[in-house]
Amino acid sequence: MSIEVLGVTKSFGSFTALRDVSLTVADGELVALLGPSGSGKTSLLRIIAGLERADRGSVLFHGTDVGPRDPRERRIGFVFQHYALFRRMTVFENVAFGMRVKPRGERPSEEEVRRRVGDLLKLVQLDWLGDRLPGELSGGQRQRVALARALAVEPRVLLLDEPFGSLDARVRQELRRWLRRLHDEIRLTSLFVTHDQEEALEVADRIVLLNQGRVVQDGPPEELFERPTSPFVLDFLGNVNIFHGRVENGRALLGPLSVAYPDHPHAEPAPAAGYARSYEIDLSREAGDTGFWASLTRVGIAGALLRLELLPDGAAPLKVELTRERFEALRPVPGERLWVVPRNLRVFLETPVPPRAQ
Amino acid sequence: MKRPAVEPRILPGFGPALGFTLLWLSVVVLAPLAALVLSALRMPPAEIARIVAAPRVAASIRLTFGLALASAAVAALLGLLLAWVLVRHRLPGRRLLDALIDLPFALPTAVAGIALTTLYAPNGWLGRPLAALGVPVAFTPLGIGVALVFLGIPFAVRTLEPVLESLDPEVEDAATSLGATAGQTFRRVLFPELLPALATGFSLAFARGLGEYGSVVFISGNMPMRTEVAPLLIMTRLEQYDYAGATALAAVLLVASFLLLLAVNRLQAWGVGPAARG
Repeated sequence: MSIEVLGVTKSFGSFTALRDVSLTVADGELVALLGPSGSGKTSLLRIIAGLERADRGSVLFHGTDVGPRDPRERRIGFVFQHYALFRRMTVFENVAFGMRVKPRGERPSEEEVRRRVGDLLKLVQLDWLGDRLPGELSGGQRQRVALARALAVEPRVLLLDEPFGSLDARVRQELRRWLRRLHDEIRLTSLFVTHDQEEALEVADRIVLLNQGRVVQDGPPEELFERPTSPFVLDFLGNVNIFHGRVENGRALLGPLSVAYPDHPHAEPAPAAGYARSYEIDLSREAGDTGFWASLTRVGIAGALLRLELLPDGAAPLKVELTRERFEALRPVPGERLWVVPRNLRVFLETPVPPRAQ
Repeated sequence: MKRPAVEPRILPGFGPALGFTLLWLSVVVLAPLAALVLSALRMPPAEIARIVAAPRVAASIRLTFGLALASAAVAALLGLLLAWVLVRHRLPGRRLLDALIDLPFALPTAVAGIALTTLYAPNGWLGRPLAALGVPVAFTPLGIGVALVFLGIPFAVRTLEPVLESLDPEVEDAATSLGATAGQTFRRVLFPELLPALATGFSLAFARGLGEYGSVVFISGNMPMRTEVAPLLIMTRLEQYDYAGATALAAVLLVASFLLLLAVNRLQAWGVGPAARG
């Protein structure tokens, strides 16, 4: 079942949460709605679920407008950030809820309910916890119960609102890999909201990036990561260093750096900025053609990577990430002056909307 | 888990706090009650039974308990409705309404009684049309009920309000997304959450109604066998220097209400238990 969102706009009072948002989720696809907080991603998900009404625009399931339809008739599975489990019901009853509230004619028999709840709890690997109360489970287990409960109504689409948002980092990583495997198994059209770029990059087939209520870029993870169409996307998907400057005569002059910029051959200068991801920067002890000197102020260990902070003369501090091998080869010491060369500088003309402040 | 009676504490002031609590409980609560129980115990049980079984006394006990129970139930339901409206809807003048809820707490009960009597008397604003419909309110058990509901509602509202506020609206959304109707959501999801608070509101309203005197004496008409409540009968007995009669009646009221409140308490503990961890 595909989902189509056409020109949805939604305001809460004077705050516009969504401005003319359109997107599609193909049948069986797992799509991430990514964006900073306040970008409207949860509102959009709630509108698709029918828990919120759009001011304008429409939502289509499999080509049919579901606008006027009650959320109960949309046949969606919704997983909430804070699980929203029924705390006075056992895990079993939580999962069975969707079947038990069906109209009398469609309600499955007690054996059928038992069998299906058993199957679902097996699917989420919690079949041994059926008679516990939600309060007795860990966060990761609760979220899997919530997922089983959402799947119990045999939804046509699955909507997940920051499903791993309130879990700790380790459980989050485990659970998102598990969700990806589960999706590969059941192939249910799914849309999940997240503010964590890593999560979106790792799990999703496609990412829709939202900012201030608008779709900023929509594409497969590699495309967003490799070919960001705006500084915002670049900045949001990774740690970047910004070099402000201008472009003129086919070159970008960004502080100490000068690179070719054939898109602007005019003599008249335009404000621009160069962006270099923190792992796309080389450090050495000898000066080269292009680059600048900076002194090393801090070395931090981040697992396999080392995070370095450098202070160029008269400019903002730089963030650089080195693999352990490269760090060992160079062995820089805090206080030392190093030659900095951005390997892959992406230049964007400065837009009226400045990129997100880090 | 067994603990020693007094364990070394990190939090200071445990001793004074325990001492103060016990002192307060003893002087203000336990001493008068103990005096009542003691004087009742001095009477032979047969004597108590005889006094309580007298038709006028038995009628007043039945009336008091019946009305206190019924009006506490009505107050709990109306209180739930009011609390719901106050919490869930952003009404204009919500704060004013919220403050008005507490008024029955503050109003001298005699004032409330006179006001209600004036309103519901056969020639009052509400009493006249109601009497014309064949429903006299003042000077009937129904009138007492109205007064008790009026006094009981704030208890229900004030106990339910915080619970309603603490309920995560996502839980209702979850029920809706799973296909539950509004009724099913209320019955299966919300009501079990509200039950303990509802029970508290009910028992507070019940306890208040059981002992209520000031507002009832005006609206009830105090007709023996029909609209005479037990607290009034106790007063009457005292005025007649019939201390034995007053004591017996008071003791019966005390024991019965204690048992009832204990039962409600058990119900609450059972309801709160599993969710306290969630």
